[in-house]
Amino acid sequence: MDAIKQKQDQEYQQYVYKKMPKSNLFKNCMLAFLVGGAICTVGQIVLNIGKNYYNMNQERAAIFTSIVMIFLGAVLTGIGVYDDIGKIGGAGSIVPITGFSNSIVSPAMEFKREGYVLGVGAKMFVVAGPVLVYGIGTSVLIGLIYHFFIK
Amino acid sequence: MEYVRAFIVGGLICVIGQILIDKTALTPARILVIFVTSGVILGALGIYEPLVEYAGAGATIPLPGFGNTLAKGVIKAVKSDGILGAFIGGVQAAAGGIAAAVFFGYLIALIFDPKTKR
Repeated sequence: MDAIKQKQDQEYQQYVYKKMPKSNLFKNCMLAFLVGGAICTVGQIVLNIGKNYYNMNQERAAIFTSIVMIFLGAVLTGIGVYDDIGKIGGAGSIVPITGFSNSIVSPAMEFKREGYVLGVGAKMFVVAGPVLVYGIGTSVLIGLIYHFFIK
Repeated sequence: MEYVRAFIVGGLICVIGQILIDKTALTPARILVIFVTSGVILGALGIYEPLVEYAGAGATIPLPGFGNTLAKGVIKAVKSDGILGAFIGGVQAAAGGIAAAVFFGYLIALIFDPKTKR
């Protein structure tokens, strides 16, 4: 009996080892695709509302969309729903701008007990800070290169 | 069709992020930094804008879109204000998003507490 069970265990483990990494990556990618795509589709709806109902031009409507999506991401994080979306969607919830918003609200709530200046005020930039540093930093660099070498 | 294009392109950009998370040791914070920086560079090279025209929010909502906004803003400002524009343009173009993130981020963190583990 034991020998059979052992053999079965071994076979099962080999099976798991063979199957796990591959199918996980595929499943994670599918979920990221669906969740990320869904968030962007909501963004497209907001963009069209800005363009059609508030008569914004493309540029203004894009800014309006960013603001609304950041607001939605923040609220969903506050009520605890965004964490659930994140568990399903992985990168699909991290890469859209709602994920940027989530990365601000989440640590800010967590560190509230450390006070409103060094707790909320500082920790809200744990992830958003680096994003702004590298994003804005690169943009200044691009501006300088453009000014001196291209224009 | 507009919505389908936004869904597919936005979804695919997220898949790139998922592959990076699963296949490398990169943390989500690093992925976000890489995505914003690539967005600035692709935007400056004029590669990202066609994608925005094709996919709308599918290209502007993922973080490379934020980088593209910075790049577009800085190049426009350098054209009109010279070297001063290099320091004004990026943040100016992204001001709405940055201010909204600071304001709503703080406000929501003030109102809500983290959900206790179920």
